[in-house]
Amino acid sequence: MLIKRASDIRSSEITPKQLCLNRRKFLHTAAITGAAAAAGFGARELFSPSQVVHAGEKIAGIQKSSLSTAEKITPYNDVTHYNNYYEFSTEKEEPADLAKNFHTRPWTVTIDGLVQKKQVLDVDSVFRVASPEERIYRHRCVEGWSIVVPWVGFSLSELIKRAQPLGKAKFVEFTTLLDPKQMPGQNRAVLQWPYVEGLRMDEAMHPLALLCFGMYGEVLPNQDGAPLRIVLPWKYGFKSAKAIVRIRFTDKQPMNTWNLSAPNEYGFYSNVNPNVDHPRWSQKSERRLGEFLKRPTLMFNGYDQVAGLYSGMDLRKNY
Amino acid sequence: MQLSAPGSWLLSANIRTPRRANSREPSAAFMIRSLKVVVFIACLVPLAWLLWKFFGSTPKDMSTWGIGLGANPIEKITHETGDWTIRFLLITLSVTPLRKLLHVPALIRFRRMFGLFAFFYACLHFTTYIWLDKSFNLHEMLADIAKRKFITVGFAAFVLLIPLALTSTAGWIRRLGGKRWQALHRLIYVSAIAGIIHYLWLVKADIRKPLIYGAILAVLLLYRIAIWIGPVIKKRRGVLPAHAQGNLETLKP
Repeated sequence: MLIKRASDIRSSEITPKQLCLNRRKFLHTAAITGAAAAAGFGARELFSPSQVVHAGEKIAGIQKSSLSTAEKITPYNDVTHYNNYYEFSTEKEEPADLAKNFHTRPWTVTIDGLVQKKQVLDVDSVFRVASPEERIYRHRCVEGWSIVVPWVGFSLSELIKRAQPLGKAKFVEFTTLLDPKQMPGQNRAVLQWPYVEGLRMDEAMHPLALLCFGMYGEVLPNQDGAPLRIVLPWKYGFKSAKAIVRIRFTDKQPMNTWNLSAPNEYGFYSNVNPNVDHPRWSQKSERRLGEFLKRPTLMFNGYDQVAGLYSGMDLRKNY
Repeated sequence: MQLSAPGSWLLSANIRTPRRANSREPSAAFMIRSLKVVVFIACLVPLAWLLWKFFGSTPKDMSTWGIGLGANPIEKITHETGDWTIRFLLITLSVTPLRKLLHVPALIRFRRMFGLFAFFYACLHFTTYIWLDKSFNLHEMLADIAKRKFITVGFAAFVLLIPLALTSTAGWIRRLGGKRWQALHRLIYVSAIAGIIHYLWLVKADIRKPLIYGAILAVLLLYRIAIWIGPVIKKRRGVLPAHAQGNLETLKP
Protein backbone atom coordinates (compact mmCIF):
# COMPACT_ATOMS: atom_id res chain seq x y z
CA MET A 1 0.00 0.00 0.00
CA LEU A 2 1.60 3.17 -1.14
CA ILE A 3 -1.11 5.65 -0.31
CA LYS A 4 0.08 7.43 2.80
CA ARG A 5 -2.29 8.90 5.30
CA ALA A 6 -2.42 12.65 5.17
CA SER A 7 -0.95 12.80 8.67
CA ASP A 8 2.13 10.90 7.55
CA ILE A 9 3.28 13.64 5.25
CA ARG A 10 4.05 17.15 6.31
CA SER A 11 2.75 19.70 3.85
CA SER A 12 6.30 21.06 3.46
CA GLU A 13 7.32 17.69 2.08
CA ILE A 14 4.78 17.66 -0.68
CA THR A 15 6.21 18.54 -4.07
CA PRO A 16 3.88 20.76 -6.06
CA LYS A 17 2.23 18.69 -8.80
CA GLN A 18 3.61 20.65 -11.71
CA LEU A 19 7.14 20.48 -10.37
CA CYS A 20 6.77 16.80 -9.82
CA LEU A 21 5.51 16.22 -13.34
CA ASN A 22 8.24 18.38 -14.83
CA ARG A 23 10.84 16.47 -12.89
CA ARG A 24 9.47 13.20 -14.11
CA LYS A 25 9.33 14.41 -17.66
CA PHE A 26 12.90 15.63 -17.38
CA LEU A 27 14.15 12.36 -15.98
CA HIS A 28 12.26 10.46 -18.61
CA THR A 29 13.52 12.54 -21.52
CA ALA A 30 17.03 12.52 -20.09
CA ALA A 31 16.99 8.75 -19.82
CA ILE A 32 15.72 8.23 -23.34
CA THR A 33 18.00 10.82 -24.87
CA GLY A 34 20.96 9.30 -23.09
CA ALA A 35 20.10 5.81 -24.22
CA ALA A 36 19.45 6.95 -27.76
CA ALA A 37 22.65 8.93 -27.94
CA ALA A 38 24.53 5.91 -26.66
CA ALA A 39 22.97 3.64 -29.23
CA GLY A 40 23.27 6.22 -31.99
CA PHE A 41 19.56 6.33 -32.76
CA GLY A 42 18.09 9.02 -34.96
CA ALA A 43 15.67 11.62 -33.70
CA ARG A 44 12.67 9.72 -35.07
CA GLU A 45 13.10 6.81 -32.73
CA LEU A 46 13.35 9.19 -29.81
CA PHE A 47 9.70 10.01 -29.89
CA SER A 48 8.47 6.66 -31.08
CA PRO A 49 7.13 3.64 -29.25
CA SER A 50 9.88 3.43 -26.67
CA GLN A 51 7.47 3.89 -23.77
CA VAL A 52 5.00 1.23 -24.79
CA VAL A 53 6.32 -1.41 -22.49
CA HIS A 54 3.24 -2.06 -20.43
CA ALA A 55 0.46 -3.45 -22.62
CA GLY A 56 0.51 -7.22 -22.76
CA GLU A 57 2.53 -7.66 -19.57
CA LYS A 58 1.23 -10.42 -17.31
CA ILE A 59 -0.39 -9.33 -14.05
CA ALA A 60 0.72 -11.36 -11.05
CA GLY A 61 -1.50 -12.72 -8.28
CA ILE A 62 -4.87 -12.46 -9.97
CA GLN A 63 -7.67 -14.02 -7.95
CA LYS A 64 -10.86 -15.53 -9.33
CA SER A 65 -14.17 -13.87 -8.55
CA SER A 66 -17.58 -15.29 -7.84
CA LEU A 67 -19.01 -12.40 -9.84
CA SER A 68 -17.65 -13.94 -13.05
CA THR A 69 -19.89 -15.47 -15.68
CA ALA A 70 -19.15 -18.95 -17.05
CA GLU A 71 -20.10 -17.89 -20.57
CA LYS A 72 -17.71 -18.33 -23.47
CA ILE A 73 -15.08 -15.60 -23.48
CA THR A 74 -14.86 -13.46 -26.63
CA PRO A 75 -11.53 -13.95 -28.46
CA TYR A 76 -8.82 -11.48 -27.41
CA ASN A 77 -8.32 -10.36 -30.99
CA ASP A 78 -11.96 -9.24 -31.27
CA VAL A 79 -11.90 -7.32 -28.00
CA THR A 80 -8.72 -5.54 -29.11
CA HIS A 81 -9.79 -4.80 -32.70
CA TYR A 82 -13.39 -3.73 -32.30
CA ASN A 83 -13.28 -0.66 -30.10
CA ASN A 84 -15.65 2.23 -29.72
CA TYR A 85 -13.02 4.71 -28.62
CA TYR A 86 -13.90 8.01 -30.27
CA GLU A 87 -10.83 9.70 -28.77
CA PHE A 88 -8.90 7.76 -31.39
CA SER A 89 -11.41 7.15 -34.16
CA THR A 90 -15.08 6.64 -34.86
CA GLU A 91 -14.16 3.51 -36.84
CA LYS A 92 -14.00 0.48 -34.56
CA GLU A 93 -11.05 -1.15 -36.32
CA GLU A 94 -8.82 1.90 -36.03
CA PRO A 95 -8.07 2.48 -32.32
CA ALA A 96 -5.93 -0.70 -32.24
CA ASP A 97 -3.45 0.95 -34.56
CA LEU A 98 -3.92 4.60 -33.59
CA ALA A 99 -3.43 3.87 -29.89
CA LYS A 100 -0.33 1.73 -30.22
CA ASN A 101 2.03 4.59 -29.31
CA PHE A 102 -0.24 6.05 -26.64
CA HIS A 103 1.77 6.99 -23.56
CA THR A 104 0.31 5.45 -20.43
CA ARG A 105 3.26 6.54 -18.27
CA PRO A 106 3.78 8.86 -16.51
CA TRP A 107 0.11 8.91 -15.56
CA THR A 108 -1.60 10.39 -12.57
CA VAL A 109 -5.15 10.23 -11.34
CA THR A 110 -6.54 13.26 -9.54
CA ILE A 111 -9.06 12.56 -6.81
CA ASP A 112 -10.90 15.69 -5.77
CA GLY A 113 -14.23 17.33 -5.09
CA LEU A 114 -16.23 16.48 -1.98
CA VAL A 115 -13.68 14.16 -0.48
CA GLN A 116 -11.54 14.04 2.69
CA LYS A 117 -8.38 13.12 0.87
CA LYS A 118 -7.85 15.17 -2.22
CA GLN A 119 -4.84 13.67 -3.89
CA VAL A 120 -2.93 13.10 -7.06
CA LEU A 121 -2.02 9.45 -7.31
CA ASP A 122 0.44 7.78 -9.56
CA VAL A 123 -1.51 5.23 -11.57
CA ASP A 124 0.75 2.39 -10.43
CA SER A 125 -0.07 3.16 -6.82
CA VAL A 126 -3.78 2.99 -7.68
CA PHE A 127 -3.24 -0.59 -8.89
CA ARG A 128 -1.91 -1.53 -5.47
CA VAL A 129 -4.92 -0.31 -3.53
CA ALA A 130 -6.39 -3.82 -3.50
CA SER A 131 -5.43 -7.21 -4.88
CA PRO A 132 -6.35 -7.84 -8.51
CA GLU A 133 -9.30 -10.05 -9.38
CA GLU A 134 -10.42 -11.50 -12.65
CA ARG A 135 -14.02 -10.51 -13.39
CA ILE A 136 -15.52 -12.19 -16.44
CA TYR A 137 -18.33 -9.84 -17.37
CA ARG A 138 -20.84 -9.52 -20.16
CA HIS A 139 -20.40 -6.19 -21.89
CA ARG A 140 -23.32 -4.80 -23.90
CA CYS A 141 -22.91 -1.85 -26.24
CA VAL A 142 -25.78 0.55 -26.82
CA GLU A 143 -25.37 -0.23 -30.54
CA GLY A 144 -26.66 -3.77 -30.06
CA TRP A 145 -23.58 -5.97 -29.84
CA SER A 146 -22.02 -7.68 -26.87
CA ILE A 147 -18.86 -9.41 -25.73
CA VAL A 148 -17.66 -11.42 -22.72
CA VAL A 149 -14.41 -10.09 -21.29
CA PRO A 150 -12.16 -11.32 -18.48
CA TRP A 151 -11.31 -7.93 -16.98
CA VAL A 152 -8.69 -7.50 -14.25
CA GLY A 153 -9.09 -5.03 -11.42
CA PHE A 154 -10.93 -4.63 -8.15
CA SER A 155 -14.15 -3.07 -6.97
CA LEU A 156 -14.22 0.68 -7.49
CA SER A 157 -15.49 0.92 -3.92
CA GLU A 158 -12.02 0.00 -2.63
CA LEU A 159 -10.57 3.21 -4.02
CA ILE A 160 -13.58 5.31 -3.08
CA LYS A 161 -13.46 4.11 0.52
CA ARG A 162 -9.83 5.14 0.80
CA ALA A 163 -10.55 8.54 -0.67
CA GLN A 164 -13.13 9.07 2.09
CA PRO A 165 -15.88 10.99 0.32
CA LEU A 166 -17.81 13.53 2.40
CA GLY A 167 -21.40 12.86 3.38
CA LYS A 168 -22.50 15.50 0.86
CA ALA A 169 -20.98 13.56 -2.03
CA LYS A 170 -23.84 11.99 -3.97
CA PHE A 171 -22.19 11.41 -7.34
CA VAL A 172 -18.81 10.51 -8.84
CA GLU A 173 -17.55 11.95 -12.10
CA PHE A 174 -14.86 10.33 -14.26
CA THR A 175 -12.82 12.31 -16.74
CA THR A 176 -10.83 10.82 -19.62
CA LEU A 177 -7.48 12.27 -20.70
CA LEU A 178 -7.62 15.26 -23.03
CA ASP A 179 -4.62 15.14 -25.34
CA PRO A 180 -5.42 15.72 -29.02
CA LYS A 181 -1.77 15.18 -29.93
CA GLN A 182 -1.98 11.59 -28.78
CA MET A 183 -5.67 11.07 -29.34
CA PRO A 184 -6.32 12.14 -32.93
CA GLY A 185 -10.08 11.71 -32.62
CA GLN A 186 -10.13 14.66 -30.23
CA ASN A 187 -9.17 16.97 -33.08
CA ARG A 188 -12.71 16.61 -34.38
CA ALA A 189 -15.71 17.81 -32.41
CA VAL A 190 -17.66 14.58 -32.85
CA LEU A 191 -18.23 14.70 -29.11
CA GLN A 192 -17.37 17.26 -26.47
CA TRP A 193 -13.88 16.60 -25.11
CA PRO A 194 -12.72 15.52 -22.65
CA TYR A 195 -15.09 12.60 -22.27
CA VAL A 196 -16.87 12.64 -18.94
CA GLU A 197 -19.05 10.01 -17.30
CA GLY A 198 -20.76 9.79 -13.97
CA LEU A 199 -22.36 7.47 -11.46
CA ARG A 200 -24.58 7.88 -8.47
CA MET A 201 -22.61 7.14 -5.30
CA ASP A 202 -24.49 3.93 -4.54
CA GLU A 203 -23.91 2.70 -8.09
CA ALA A 204 -20.20 3.44 -7.80
CA MET A 205 -20.05 1.59 -4.46
CA HIS A 206 -21.79 -1.52 -5.85
CA PRO A 207 -19.37 -4.48 -5.79
CA LEU A 208 -19.93 -5.11 -9.53
CA ALA A 209 -18.53 -1.68 -10.44
CA LEU A 210 -14.96 -2.47 -11.42
CA LEU A 211 -11.86 -0.30 -11.42
CA CYS A 212 -10.00 -1.98 -14.23
CA PHE A 213 -6.41 -2.03 -15.43
CA GLY A 214 -6.12 -5.37 -17.17
CA MET A 215 -7.81 -8.03 -19.24
CA TYR A 216 -7.06 -11.62 -20.23
CA GLY A 217 -4.57 -11.73 -17.35
CA GLU A 218 -2.48 -8.95 -18.85
CA VAL A 219 -2.06 -5.20 -18.59
CA LEU A 220 -4.90 -3.41 -20.40
CA PRO A 221 -4.13 -2.72 -24.07
CA ASN A 222 -4.19 0.98 -24.99
CA GLN A 223 -7.21 0.65 -27.27
CA ASP A 224 -9.24 -0.87 -24.43
CA GLY A 225 -8.78 2.06 -22.08
CA ALA A 226 -5.29 1.80 -20.59
CA PRO A 227 -3.97 2.53 -18.12
CA LEU A 228 -7.12 2.80 -15.99
CA ARG A 229 -10.81 2.51 -16.76
CA ILE A 230 -14.04 1.54 -15.11
CA VAL A 231 -16.30 -1.35 -16.13
CA LEU A 232 -20.01 -1.31 -15.31
CA PRO A 233 -21.45 -4.53 -16.71
CA TRP A 234 -25.12 -3.68 -16.10
CA LYS A 235 -24.87 -0.45 -18.08
CA TYR A 236 -24.33 0.23 -21.76
CA GLY A 237 -20.65 0.23 -22.64
CA PHE A 238 -20.25 3.98 -23.05
CA LYS A 239 -20.74 4.45 -19.28
CA SER A 240 -17.47 2.59 -18.69
CA ALA A 241 -15.05 5.50 -19.10
CA LYS A 242 -11.53 4.81 -20.34
CA ALA A 243 -8.08 6.35 -19.73
CA ILE A 244 -9.24 8.06 -16.54
CA VAL A 245 -7.25 11.03 -15.22
CA ARG A 246 -9.70 12.45 -12.73
CA ILE A 247 -12.26 11.15 -10.26
CA ARG A 248 -14.35 13.92 -8.77
CA PHE A 249 -16.97 13.64 -6.02
CA THR A 250 -19.91 15.98 -6.24
CA ASP A 251 -23.35 16.70 -4.83
CA LYS A 252 -24.89 17.36 -8.25
CA GLN A 253 -25.55 14.84 -10.98
CA PRO A 254 -22.61 15.18 -13.37
CA MET A 255 -23.14 15.59 -17.08
CA ASN A 256 -22.05 12.70 -19.26
CA THR A 257 -20.68 13.15 -22.76
CA TRP A 258 -23.20 11.10 -24.75
CA ASN A 259 -26.05 12.69 -22.84
CA LEU A 260 -24.67 16.10 -23.84
CA SER A 261 -24.40 14.94 -27.42
CA ALA A 262 -27.94 13.53 -27.76
CA PRO A 263 -30.00 13.92 -24.56
CA ASN A 264 -33.06 12.12 -25.93
CA GLU A 265 -30.99 9.09 -26.91
CA TYR A 266 -28.52 8.61 -24.08
CA GLY A 267 -29.49 9.20 -20.48
CA PHE A 268 -27.48 9.47 -17.29
CA TYR A 269 -28.32 5.98 -16.07
CA SER A 270 -28.10 4.05 -19.35
CA ASN A 271 -28.82 0.71 -17.72
CA VAL A 272 -29.10 -2.17 -20.16
CA ASN A 273 -32.84 -2.50 -20.62
CA PRO A 274 -34.53 -4.55 -23.35
CA ASN A 275 -37.85 -2.85 -22.61
CA VAL A 276 -36.69 0.67 -23.35
CA ASP A 277 -35.63 1.14 -26.94
CA HIS A 278 -33.09 3.57 -28.19
CA PRO A 279 -35.21 6.11 -30.10
CA ARG A 280 -33.71 4.89 -33.36
CA TRP A 281 -33.33 1.16 -32.79
CA SER A 282 -34.59 -1.68 -30.65
CA GLN A 283 -32.69 -2.83 -27.57
CA LYS A 284 -34.58 -6.15 -27.34
CA SER A 285 -31.77 -8.20 -28.77
CA GLU A 286 -28.06 -8.11 -29.33
CA ARG A 287 -25.43 -9.81 -31.42
CA ARG A 288 -22.80 -11.53 -29.33
CA LEU A 289 -19.61 -11.20 -31.35
CA GLY A 290 -18.90 -14.54 -32.95
CA GLU A 291 -22.54 -15.59 -33.10
CA PHE A 292 -24.60 -15.70 -36.27
CA LEU A 293 -28.06 -14.72 -35.06
CA LYS A 294 -29.05 -12.28 -32.37
CA ARG A 295 -29.84 -13.27 -28.80
CA PRO A 296 -32.33 -11.61 -26.45
CA THR A 297 -30.96 -8.84 -24.25
CA LEU A 298 -31.44 -9.31 -20.50
CA MET A 299 -32.58 -6.70 -18.01
CA PHE A 300 -29.52 -5.06 -16.42
CA ASN A 301 -27.56 -7.24 -18.84
CA GLY A 302 -28.43 -10.19 -16.58
CA TYR A 303 -27.02 -8.55 -13.42
CA ASP A 304 -30.22 -8.61 -11.38
CA GLN A 305 -28.31 -7.87 -8.18
CA VAL A 306 -28.29 -4.17 -9.10
CA ALA A 307 -32.10 -3.98 -9.36
CA GLY A 308 -32.32 -2.70 -5.79
CA LEU A 309 -30.42 0.45 -6.76
CA TYR A 310 -33.33 1.50 -8.92
CA SER A 311 -36.36 0.35 -6.96
CA GLY A 312 -39.19 2.84 -7.24
CA MET A 313 -37.59 4.56 -10.22
CA ASP A 314 -39.30 4.82 -13.59
CA LEU A 315 -36.62 3.40 -15.85
CA ARG A 316 -38.46 4.65 -18.92
CA LYS A 317 -37.92 8.20 -17.76
CA ASN A 318 -34.51 7.52 -16.23
CA TYR A 319 -33.09 5.74 -19.28
CA MET B 1 -29.84 12.12 -79.46
CA GLN B 2 -26.89 10.25 -80.91
CA LEU B 3 -27.72 7.19 -78.91
CA SER B 4 -28.53 4.99 -81.88
CA ALA B 5 -25.75 6.18 -84.13
CA PRO B 6 -23.22 3.35 -83.90
CA GLY B 7 -19.66 4.47 -83.51
CA SER B 8 -20.56 7.95 -82.42
CA TRP B 9 -19.12 7.31 -78.98
CA LEU B 10 -15.84 6.20 -80.49
CA LEU B 11 -15.67 9.35 -82.53
CA SER B 12 -16.08 11.48 -79.48
CA ALA B 13 -14.16 9.37 -77.00
CA ASN B 14 -11.16 8.38 -79.10
CA ILE B 15 -10.98 11.50 -81.14
CA ARG B 16 -7.20 11.61 -80.91
CA THR B 17 -6.55 8.08 -82.16
CA PRO B 18 -6.90 7.93 -85.93
CA ARG B 19 -9.06 5.05 -87.06
CA ARG B 20 -7.57 2.57 -89.41
CA ALA B 21 -9.74 1.72 -92.33
CA ASN B 22 -9.13 -1.92 -91.68
CA SER B 23 -11.82 -4.52 -92.15
CA ARG B 24 -10.54 -6.45 -89.15
CA GLU B 25 -11.08 -3.52 -86.85
CA PRO B 26 -13.72 -4.34 -84.23
CA SER B 27 -17.03 -2.61 -84.67
CA ALA B 28 -18.19 -0.04 -82.13
CA ALA B 29 -21.00 -2.33 -81.05
CA PHE B 30 -18.49 -5.06 -80.35
CA MET B 31 -16.31 -2.65 -78.37
CA ILE B 32 -19.23 -1.60 -76.25
CA ARG B 33 -20.28 -5.18 -75.70
CA SER B 34 -16.83 -6.21 -74.52
CA LEU B 35 -16.49 -3.10 -72.38
CA LYS B 36 -19.81 -4.00 -70.81
CA VAL B 37 -18.39 -7.36 -69.77
CA VAL B 38 -15.43 -5.63 -68.17
CA VAL B 39 -17.65 -3.13 -66.33
CA PHE B 40 -19.99 -5.93 -65.26
CA ILE B 41 -17.12 -7.84 -63.70
CA ALA B 42 -15.81 -4.65 -62.05
CA CYS B 43 -19.23 -4.08 -60.50
CA LEU B 44 -19.03 -7.53 -58.91
CA VAL B 45 -15.69 -6.79 -57.25
CA PRO B 46 -17.23 -5.47 -53.99
CA LEU B 47 -19.24 -8.68 -53.63
CA ALA B 48 -16.25 -10.83 -54.54
CA TRP B 49 -14.19 -8.98 -51.94
CA LEU B 50 -16.82 -9.62 -49.26
CA LEU B 51 -17.05 -13.32 -50.15
CA TRP B 52 -13.28 -13.68 -50.27
CA LYS B 53 -12.89 -11.97 -46.90
CA PHE B 54 -15.75 -13.97 -45.40
CA PHE B 55 -14.70 -17.45 -46.49
CA GLY B 56 -10.98 -16.76 -46.34
CA SER B 57 -8.33 -19.01 -47.82
CA THR B 58 -9.77 -22.11 -46.15
CA PRO B 59 -13.43 -21.96 -47.18
CA LYS B 60 -14.10 -25.54 -46.06
CA ASP B 61 -13.22 -24.75 -42.46
CA MET B 62 -16.42 -23.22 -41.12
CA SER B 63 -14.70 -22.09 -37.93
CA THR B 64 -12.75 -19.48 -39.89
CA TRP B 65 -15.81 -18.01 -41.61
CA GLY B 66 -16.20 -14.30 -41.15
CA ILE B 67 -12.84 -13.76 -39.46
CA GLY B 68 -11.51 -11.77 -42.40
CA LEU B 69 -14.32 -9.26 -41.96
CA GLY B 70 -13.33 -8.38 -38.41
CA ALA B 71 -14.99 -8.92 -35.06
CA ASN B 72 -18.52 -8.28 -36.31
CA PRO B 73 -18.69 -9.69 -39.85
CA ILE B 74 -22.46 -9.34 -40.14
CA GLU B 75 -22.31 -5.66 -39.31
CA LYS B 76 -19.50 -5.33 -41.85
CA ILE B 77 -21.56 -7.05 -44.56
CA THR B 78 -24.55 -4.84 -43.75
CA HIS B 79 -22.45 -1.68 -43.93
CA GLU B 80 -20.58 -2.67 -47.09
CA THR B 81 -23.69 -3.68 -49.06
CA GLY B 82 -25.42 -0.47 -47.93
CA ASP B 83 -22.42 1.64 -48.90
CA TRP B 84 -22.27 0.05 -52.35
CA THR B 85 -25.98 0.55 -52.92
CA ILE B 86 -25.55 4.28 -52.40
CA ARG B 87 -22.36 4.36 -54.45
CA PHE B 88 -24.05 2.63 -57.40
CA LEU B 89 -27.02 4.97 -57.16
CA LEU B 90 -24.60 7.90 -57.33
CA ILE B 91 -22.71 6.32 -60.25
CA THR B 92 -26.01 5.77 -62.06
CA LEU B 93 -27.00 9.36 -61.49
CA SER B 94 -23.67 10.69 -62.72
CA VAL B 95 -23.99 8.97 -66.11
CA THR B 96 -26.13 11.72 -67.66
CA PRO B 97 -24.02 14.68 -66.43
CA LEU B 98 -20.79 12.91 -67.38
CA ARG B 99 -21.83 11.94 -70.88
CA LYS B 100 -22.89 15.52 -71.54
CA LEU B 101 -19.95 17.24 -69.89
CA LEU B 102 -17.37 14.85 -71.35
CA HIS B 103 -19.22 14.46 -74.65
CA VAL B 104 -19.31 10.69 -74.36
CA PRO B 105 -22.90 9.93 -75.26
CA ALA B 106 -22.21 6.20 -75.33
CA LEU B 107 -21.98 6.21 -71.54
CA ILE B 108 -25.75 5.87 -71.59
CA ARG B 109 -25.25 2.25 -72.65
CA PHE B 110 -23.92 1.52 -69.17
CA ARG B 111 -26.55 3.32 -67.13
CA ARG B 112 -29.00 0.43 -66.86
CA MET B 113 -26.23 -1.87 -65.67
CA PHE B 114 -25.20 0.55 -62.92
CA GLY B 115 -28.81 1.01 -61.87
CA LEU B 116 -29.38 -2.73 -61.72
CA PHE B 117 -26.23 -3.15 -59.67
CA ALA B 118 -27.52 -0.54 -57.23
CA PHE B 119 -30.65 -2.68 -56.95
CA PHE B 120 -28.54 -5.84 -56.64
CA TYR B 121 -26.55 -4.47 -53.69
CA ALA B 122 -29.76 -3.07 -52.18
CA CYS B 123 -31.19 -6.63 -52.32
CA LEU B 124 -28.10 -8.00 -50.57
CA HIS B 125 -28.35 -5.24 -47.98
CA PHE B 126 -32.02 -5.94 -47.40
CA THR B 127 -31.39 -9.69 -47.20
CA THR B 128 -28.73 -9.30 -44.50
CA TYR B 129 -31.20 -7.20 -42.54
CA ILE B 130 -34.23 -9.49 -42.85
CA TRP B 131 -32.22 -12.66 -42.41
CA LEU B 132 -29.39 -11.95 -39.99
CA ASP B 133 -30.97 -9.09 -38.10
CA LYS B 134 -34.60 -10.14 -38.03
CA SER B 135 -34.25 -13.92 -38.60
CA PHE B 136 -37.04 -13.69 -41.24
CA ASN B 137 -39.47 -12.60 -38.55
CA LEU B 138 -41.90 -10.61 -40.72
CA HIS B 139 -43.84 -9.37 -37.74
CA GLU B 140 -40.73 -7.89 -36.17
CA MET B 141 -39.66 -6.45 -39.49
CA LEU B 142 -42.98 -4.68 -39.98
CA ALA B 143 -42.82 -3.32 -36.44
CA ASP B 144 -39.34 -2.04 -37.22
CA ILE B 145 -40.46 -0.38 -40.43
CA ALA B 146 -43.35 1.31 -38.66
CA LYS B 147 -41.35 2.40 -35.62
CA ARG B 148 -37.82 3.23 -36.71
CA LYS B 149 -37.56 6.24 -38.92
CA PHE B 150 -34.27 5.19 -40.44
CA ILE B 151 -35.65 1.74 -41.31
CA THR B 152 -38.84 3.29 -42.73
CA VAL B 153 -36.94 5.57 -45.04
CA GLY B 154 -34.40 2.88 -45.97
CA PHE B 155 -37.16 0.41 -46.76
CA ALA B 156 -38.90 3.06 -48.87
CA ALA B 157 -35.67 3.67 -50.77
CA PHE B 158 -35.46 -0.07 -51.47
CA VAL B 159 -39.12 -0.52 -52.49
CA LEU B 160 -38.91 2.43 -54.88
CA LEU B 161 -36.12 0.69 -56.75
CA ILE B 162 -38.22 -2.43 -57.44
CA PRO B 163 -40.44 -0.95 -60.21
CA LEU B 164 -37.36 0.61 -61.77
CA ALA B 165 -35.55 -2.72 -61.88
CA LEU B 166 -38.64 -4.47 -63.27
CA THR B 167 -39.16 -1.92 -66.05
CA SER B 168 -35.50 -1.61 -66.96
CA THR B 169 -35.82 -3.65 -70.17
CA ALA B 170 -36.22 -2.30 -73.71
CA GLY B 171 -39.59 -4.07 -73.86
CA TRP B 172 -40.86 -2.05 -70.94
CA ILE B 173 -39.60 1.23 -72.41
CA ARG B 174 -41.64 0.38 -75.52
CA ARG B 175 -44.69 -0.69 -73.55
CA LEU B 176 -44.70 2.40 -71.33
CA GLY B 177 -43.57 4.85 -73.94
CA GLY B 178 -40.44 6.96 -73.54
CA LYS B 179 -42.09 9.85 -71.69
CA ARG B 180 -43.92 7.72 -69.15
CA TRP B 181 -40.95 5.45 -68.68
CA GLN B 182 -38.71 8.43 -68.00
CA ALA B 183 -41.21 9.90 -65.54
CA LEU B 184 -41.34 6.60 -63.66
CA HIS B 185 -37.58 6.32 -63.56
CA ARG B 186 -37.25 9.74 -61.98
CA LEU B 187 -38.15 7.81 -58.82
CA ILE B 188 -34.43 7.15 -58.54
CA TYR B 189 -34.04 10.71 -57.26
CA VAL B 190 -36.43 9.99 -54.41
CA SER B 191 -34.80 6.65 -53.71
CA ALA B 192 -31.30 8.15 -53.56
CA ILE B 193 -32.40 10.97 -51.26
CA ALA B 194 -34.17 8.44 -49.01
CA GLY B 195 -31.07 6.24 -49.03
CA ILE B 196 -28.90 9.07 -47.79
CA ILE B 197 -31.38 10.10 -45.10
CA HIS B 198 -31.43 6.42 -44.04
CA TYR B 199 -27.66 6.55 -43.59
CA LEU B 200 -27.71 9.94 -41.87
CA TRP B 201 -30.31 8.80 -39.35
CA LEU B 202 -28.58 5.61 -38.35
CA VAL B 203 -25.12 6.90 -37.44
CA LYS B 204 -24.43 7.80 -33.83
CA ALA B 205 -22.28 10.91 -34.01
CA ASP B 206 -19.90 10.82 -36.95
CA ILE B 207 -21.96 11.98 -39.93
CA ARG B 208 -19.01 12.59 -42.27
CA LYS B 209 -19.68 9.75 -44.69
CA PRO B 210 -23.41 10.31 -45.19
CA LEU B 211 -22.66 14.01 -45.62
CA ILE B 212 -20.11 13.30 -48.35
CA TYR B 213 -22.60 11.08 -50.18
CA GLY B 214 -25.25 13.73 -49.63
CA ALA B 215 -23.02 16.44 -51.08
CA ILE B 216 -22.32 14.36 -54.20
CA LEU B 217 -26.03 13.67 -54.64
CA ALA B 218 -26.78 17.38 -54.19
CA VAL B 219 -24.36 18.26 -57.00
CA LEU B 220 -25.89 15.63 -59.29
CA LEU B 221 -29.41 16.87 -58.59
CA LEU B 222 -28.44 20.55 -58.89
CA TYR B 223 -27.00 19.77 -62.32
CA ARG B 224 -30.42 18.50 -63.38
CA ILE B 225 -32.18 21.50 -61.92
CA ALA B 226 -29.78 23.73 -63.83
CA ILE B 227 -30.51 21.78 -67.02
CA TRP B 228 -34.26 22.14 -66.50
CA ILE B 229 -34.22 25.75 -65.46
CA GLY B 230 -31.47 26.87 -67.86
CA PRO B 231 -33.58 26.82 -71.04
CA VAL B 232 -36.41 28.63 -69.28
CA ILE B 233 -34.12 31.47 -68.26
CA LYS B 234 -32.44 31.53 -71.66
CA LYS B 235 -35.82 31.72 -73.32
CA ARG B 236 -36.77 34.68 -71.19
CA ARG B 237 -33.46 36.38 -71.77
CA GLY B 238 -33.32 35.46 -75.42
CA VAL B 239 -36.82 36.46 -76.43
CA LEU B 240 -37.46 39.30 -74.07
CA PRO B 241 -34.17 41.21 -74.17
CA ALA B 242 -34.47 41.69 -77.94
CA HIS B 243 -37.56 43.83 -77.38
CA ALA B 244 -36.61 45.05 -74.00
CA GLN B 245 -33.23 46.24 -75.14
CA GLY B 246 -34.79 48.18 -77.95
CA ASN B 247 -37.26 49.66 -75.56
CA LEU B 248 -34.52 50.53 -73.14
CA GLU B 249 -32.57 52.25 -75.90
CA THR B 250 -35.51 54.41 -76.78
CA LEU B 251 -36.14 55.12 -73.15
CA LYS B 252 -32.65 56.44 -72.67
CA PRO B 253 -32.66 60.15 -72.14
